[in-house]
Amino acid sequence: MIQKKDIPVIAKASPMERFGEANVVITVKNLVKKFGDFVANDDLSFEVYKGEIFGFLGANGAGKTTAIRILCGLSKPTSGELTIAGFDGYIDTEKIKKSIGYMSQKFSLYEDLTVVENIRFYGGIYGISGKEIRIRTEKLIEKLNLESVKDKLIKGLPLGWRQKLAFSVAILHEPKIVFLDEPTGGVDPITRRQFWDMIYEAANRGITVFVTTHYMDEAEYCNRVSIMVDGKIAALDTPDGLMKTFGANNMEGVFLKLARGK
Amino acid sequence: MSEIAISVNNLSKKYGDITAINNLSFEINKGELFGFIGPDGAGKTTLFRILCTLLLPDTGSASLCSFDAVKDYKKIRNIIGYMPGKFSLYQDLSVEENLSFFATIFGTTLEENYDLIRDIYIQIEPFKTRQAGKLSGGMKQKLALCCAMIHKPEVLVLDEPTTGVDAVSRKEFWEMLRKLKESGITIIVSTPYMDEASLCDRVALIQGGNIMSTDTPENIISQFDTALYAVKTHSMYQMMLDLKDWNQTETAYLFGQYMHLTIKDKDNNTIEAYLKSKSHKDIEIKQITPNIEDAFMRLMSK
Amino acid sequence: MKRFKGFVIKEFYHIFRDYRTMVILFGMPLVQIMLFGFAITTEINNAGIAILDNSKDATTQKICNKLLSSGYFKLEANLTDYKEIEPSFRKGKIKEVIIFENNFAQKLETEKKADIQIVADASDPNTASLLTSYTTNIINNYQLELMKTRQLPMQINPEVKMLYNEELKSVFMFVPGTITVLLMLISAMMTSISITREKELGTMEILLASPLKPIQIVVGKVVPYVFISFMIAVIILVLGFTVFGMPVQGSLFLLMGECLLFILMALSLGILISTVTQTQQTAMMISMFALMLPTILLSGFIFPIENMPLPLQIFSNIVPPKWFIIIIKNIMLKGVGLAYIWKETLIILGMTVFFIALSVKKFKIRLG
Repeated sequence: MIQKKDIPVIAKASPMERFGEANVVITVKNLVKKFGDFVANDDLSFEVYKGEIFGFLGANGAGKTTAIRILCGLSKPTSGELTIAGFDGYIDTEKIKKSIGYMSQKFSLYEDLTVVENIRFYGGIYGISGKEIRIRTEKLIEKLNLESVKDKLIKGLPLGWRQKLAFSVAILHEPKIVFLDEPTGGVDPITRRQFWDMIYEAANRGITVFVTTHYMDEAEYCNRVSIMVDGKIAALDTPDGLMKTFGANNMEGVFLKLARGK
Repeated sequence: MSEIAISVNNLSKKYGDITAINNLSFEINKGELFGFIGPDGAGKTTLFRILCTLLLPDTGSASLCSFDAVKDYKKIRNIIGYMPGKFSLYQDLSVEENLSFFATIFGTTLEENYDLIRDIYIQIEPFKTRQAGKLSGGMKQKLALCCAMIHKPEVLVLDEPTTGVDAVSRKEFWEMLRKLKESGITIIVSTPYMDEASLCDRVALIQGGNIMSTDTPENIISQFDTALYAVKTHSMYQMMLDLKDWNQTETAYLFGQYMHLTIKDKDNNTIEAYLKSKSHKDIEIKQITPNIEDAFMRLMSK
Repeated sequence: MKRFKGFVIKEFYHIFRDYRTMVILFGMPLVQIMLFGFAITTEINNAGIAILDNSKDATTQKICNKLLSSGYFKLEANLTDYKEIEPSFRKGKIKEVIIFENNFAQKLETEKKADIQIVADASDPNTASLLTSYTTNIINNYQLELMKTRQLPMQINPEVKMLYNEELKSVFMFVPGTITVLLMLISAMMTSISITREKELGTMEILLASPLKPIQIVVGKVVPYVFISFMIAVIILVLGFTVFGMPVQGSLFLLMGECLLFILMALSLGILISTVTQTQQTAMMISMFALMLPTILLSGFIFPIENMPLPLQIFSNIVPPKWFIIIIKNIMLKGVGLAYIWKETLIILGMTVFFIALSVKKFKIRLG
């Protein structure tokens, strides 16, 4: 199920060495988003590379959701440069939407549709041909072991299965980037890890994974982590680098030092 | 022996074919901070609703402060403070209005029990005229806690108070609970975050409607019945694949930057040998003390 | 009692902060009354009439001249036979036919009494009723003139006959109808929505887990809407009076009392709906379809109950608005007292008690 060849060396190498400049999929430069007088995103600048797992952390209300909406082409920034999957964040929002996938804990699948109907629906809205949808549906059901429940309503499935299916559906159209907004909230620890196995696999295929989470151990699974505090990016580095800089044993320590020091 | 605050015997509840909780029995002492740790769908909410007299059990019994959860529901409703899983305050009322509303329906006033909530309330007091719907997640949580405590309950029932709240607010929230505990209130909390278990006096690990273990966090960890290794190499993903492939691997789970590994063989030298044979570099292997999450997964896969 | 007061205050906060709903609540009666008001008071100009003058004497000539010089009517045809009446209506140009009996002037002189028959095309009931009332007014004026000059009592009997819709509804039906529909809508829908909203929010869970009694929750929810619905009833009556000139013939006090009773009935229905629904959306759908449609269609507001098929006529008896419309019509238009409407009042009272009992029984002290 997992192809073992051509696995990139993930951990130690710096992102630039690993992925190379040509492989930048998200470029954000001096991005600002204001709502009236309130500055939700204050001068954000970062790059995310192809196949990278990019953790996007921050306290509630730090401006994560606003930033993700902008990156997904759902909201226009007030100022700053923005390129997503090679498209301009101001003009090509429709093209951006086609080249990304999105999944959140709150909304992912239609509860009153069956497994197969959900897959078909998402395949359809991303313009995958009927034949191709059938092939991918079959593959997906086999891979997730959902054969026995494929005609059951999502409602009746355990949360863990749902979240795994939701993730698979979000990358069904092979997007360049997939945004995961707290994808593992409330899921049991074993399923949570199976979920991350899937994330690794997708990243290994070259899909960039942009993920937010409240589980600090999950932050350590990321190649790089950015931490937002009060609308600004307060730190951006590999988990190792962050722990060294802030003299902490784990990401929770880093997060507490940063987010509390306001 | 300390006084029993909550006693549950063979409690079961089904929704149609689905068993929400299955034959639960436990006792919680007065003044204890007791945690129910488990994922969504484990049955935590059902259990809490039965304890709060909001649901009737199918079989078994539950009592709070020696009042029966079915028969004496009116009495129980006077002595519990309940914070449901979903943020359940009036979004269109201000912080102050919410508080005084809940105070009135419990027949008390904000002033009367101000001491109890003061530490928490002063953190949200600057925003007391703001509508509850416009508060940040952490502040909503604090307000909800204030509202649940405004009548000085004997038992505080908090259903997933920290879900969806960031790590900082979660930590603050637990600090508040520790302080509250000192005033003698019995607190039961449910949470899907395993790392919060260590903050409770005792915990019950709950999964699929069953309690897998009830004990102090230390004892639960000490019951872990095999050696646990944290392993790290230059390539996380490659290591994950290789370890899952290995015939000696019992369980291998990602844990931050390490994989937590249990093996069938008792000799840990074989790990390094195996990884070397798979041409891993920068190999780091150490035996570690398991945490609650390790224990939970161990119990789950049994 | 303090708990209850706190609860009611909280409800008022909810209502007044939701300014959009407030605008709709108070704007709706305004718009509806204005709409009906303007749709009905269209001025009549040069309506086509025909005259069948069987006597052709000086008096009938004078009356005809009066009518035609008023500016309201235009003579389209002079008929010579009763048989011509029907076909002339069918052509569509003629809205009204005025028929003078034989020897009109002579009869008026000798018998002091003569008949004029006014036949109107009531397929457009509003126009028909306006036309006939204009016509009778003009004839009455003429009669008064006659009496002044001759000093003798004489009587011209305008005898009005409506064609095609003999059950001509009074335009005044709209005020009672609108009151009924709006009270039903606001009371039932708003309470059911406000209770289900607490279920959706999860606050119902906290309320249930508190020492509040179910009856306190239910009554606390209802009290604010009693006020609001009552205010709306007053607004409609005032508007009806100012726009329509619709007077209240009977006791205003009795009318208000009946309105209050009907509001209570609708509120208890709203509570009943909320006990069987979990979401605001379903509560709204049920209020719309299970309450609004029968209120509009089966209460006699728009379609006369007598013209319905028998099963619907029987069914209309359990539609509370039917009884309320009878009550307020009687009070407002006929000016009757409680002695004439006690039966209907009792029926609504019975329904209220029934719904309250049922919802208290159905209101769960627990979840699920």
